[in-house]
Amino acid sequence: MAKIAKRQGLRMGQLFRQDSWDRFRSNRKVQIGAVLFISSVLLCFIAPLFSGQSHETTRLEYGAQAPSGEHFFGTDDLGRDLFIRTLMGGRISIAVGFAATAVALFIGVGYGMVAGYTGGKTEAVMMRFVDTLYALPFILIVILLTVLIGRSLLLIFLAIGAVEWLTMARIVCAQSKALRNQEFVAAAKACGASNIRILAKHIFPNLLGPVIVYTTLMIPAVILLESVLSFLGLGVQPPMSSWGILINDGAKKIDIYPWMLIFPALFFSLTIFSLNFIGDGLRDALDPKNNLSNQAVR
Amino acid sequence: MSTFILRRVLQVIPTLWVIATLTFVLMKLTPGGPFDEEKPVSPEVKELIEAHYGLDQPIHIQYASFLWQRLQGDFGPSYKYVGWDVDEIIAQSFPVSLELGFYALIIAIILGVPIGILAALKNNRPTETILMSFAMLGICLPAFVLAPLLILIFSFQLGWFNPFGWVYAGDRVLPALTLGVFYAAYIARLSRSGMLEVMQEDYIRTARAKGLRERVVVFRHALRTALNPVVSYMGPAVAGLISGSFVVETIFFIPGLGSFFVNSAFNRDDTIIMGTVLFYAVLIIFFNLLVDILQMWMNPRTRHG
Repeated sequence: MAKIAKRQGLRMGQLFRQDSWDRFRSNRKVQIGAVLFISSVLLCFIAPLFSGQSHETTRLEYGAQAPSGEHFFGTDDLGRDLFIRTLMGGRISIAVGFAATAVALFIGVGYGMVAGYTGGKTEAVMMRFVDTLYALPFILIVILLTVLIGRSLLLIFLAIGAVEWLTMARIVCAQSKALRNQEFVAAAKACGASNIRILAKHIFPNLLGPVIVYTTLMIPAVILLESVLSFLGLGVQPPMSSWGILINDGAKKIDIYPWMLIFPALFFSLTIFSLNFIGDGLRDALDPKNNLSNQAVR
Repeated sequence: MSTFILRRVLQVIPTLWVIATLTFVLMKLTPGGPFDEEKPVSPEVKELIEAHYGLDQPIHIQYASFLWQRLQGDFGPSYKYVGWDVDEIIAQSFPVSLELGFYALIIAIILGVPIGILAALKNNRPTETILMSFAMLGICLPAFVLAPLLILIFSFQLGWFNPFGWVYAGDRVLPALTLGVFYAAYIARLSRSGMLEVMQEDYIRTARAKGLRERVVVFRHALRTALNPVVSYMGPAVAGLISGSFVVETIFFIPGLGSFFVNSAFNRDDTIIMGTVLFYAVLIIFFNLLVDILQMWMNPRTRHG
């Protein structure tokens, strides 16, 4: 019986996956977003390898130069090539975005799944705790954490992850609560499956849709948060640079060397924009309740 | 309805206790202290300083007096602005943040709601695409990108406003705009999807079938329900406006609570940091409560508690 249930589940899952993939591909928003984001990532991680310029070489005598054929984005006031610096900053920003999201994902999904699946008093207490943390001004908490535990890159992930998991926990909790009373869970229980097995094999796969959607929306939020911290000087510390630091540098020189702000800001905003587009499109594709725009087109 | 309000107010008490305790624990867990200067003072002086702030007491006494002080609205003395109490600093700087947040909220609503409603009414037409692309842009341009751009255009190119400061009435424009645009964009998206959903309801068809003019249908029948998501967003929005303004305050050199907070983060002025976090938490809880009540009043369907 377990075999049948499993096979059935797999087939349903494949259908769902196929359907989602089709919708995913046919969604214009996701396409545009994905193309933009992938090119941004490729540029950041590959282009610096093939460039003769270094992001650290300072040429003081050279100074800040307007964009030219040699330096696409110009140079900063220390004569460093801004194009390469923007890409190197992007590496850090994107890496922090993904790593902190992974931390938040791990905590949020685990916590929410346990709370929602267990239900009753346990759930009430666990979610009450989340509500309490929610009431804290979360960006202030991140700053608090960076002050208390220092300003290394690893700790920035942890600090951001530590506050970003709350919404994920809420979404996952609500979903697993709804799943708990489904027949296939009862069937699995009747077959003697352990709670851990049910969580891993039956609850978790059914959570993937909303989790994926929310994750794609969380990455830009995290990148933004890291940039705010770096902008304030509380995030990534020099000589490392991230988009927040570059934008901060540019903002200080805005009246004389506007390109120092404009290019990093443009790159940064495009990346955030593309990620939000993907998240929006995915929500349309994977969450059938929420796709008013899709219905209108069909 | 009154039982609901009472229950919600009672729920606030344990929440506040947990938050106060959390800040206390964090403060105690911190390695090092605010008096670990680069030039270390002699142990005797440090002892005197710590005795002055009650840091030599056993931990449970410190905790009790901490709770008792906070209960009376006393946030303790600042460690770095000597002679100032944290509540004095909050009392002086918070009105500035509040004023800024208020203008930003007005901008957010005035821009956001009409854009969203118009976009929904022009569903699937170029107008909608243009309006919603603007909204997307507003979401993707964070304050620290938008502010320098606005300064570049309006201060340095056009010379309309001062690039920073908080002295003249004109100084309010750029910060409020910077802070408000993100929320305007979000509100536009919310009111658009709210409106789209409402326009498919049966009672809208009924209203149209009665022969009412479209304007009456939209403003009399649809608007109130359509704005429900916007109202429930007001809680987080106000919270974000008052606590998120520190980036804007730092950029424009505005003497609000946010810039004090950021400075204190650099100075290790623990009492200010903890006091501000606690203060903001109280505010946010209060606004969320207010929004819940407002929402219940606007939407009878949620009045089941």
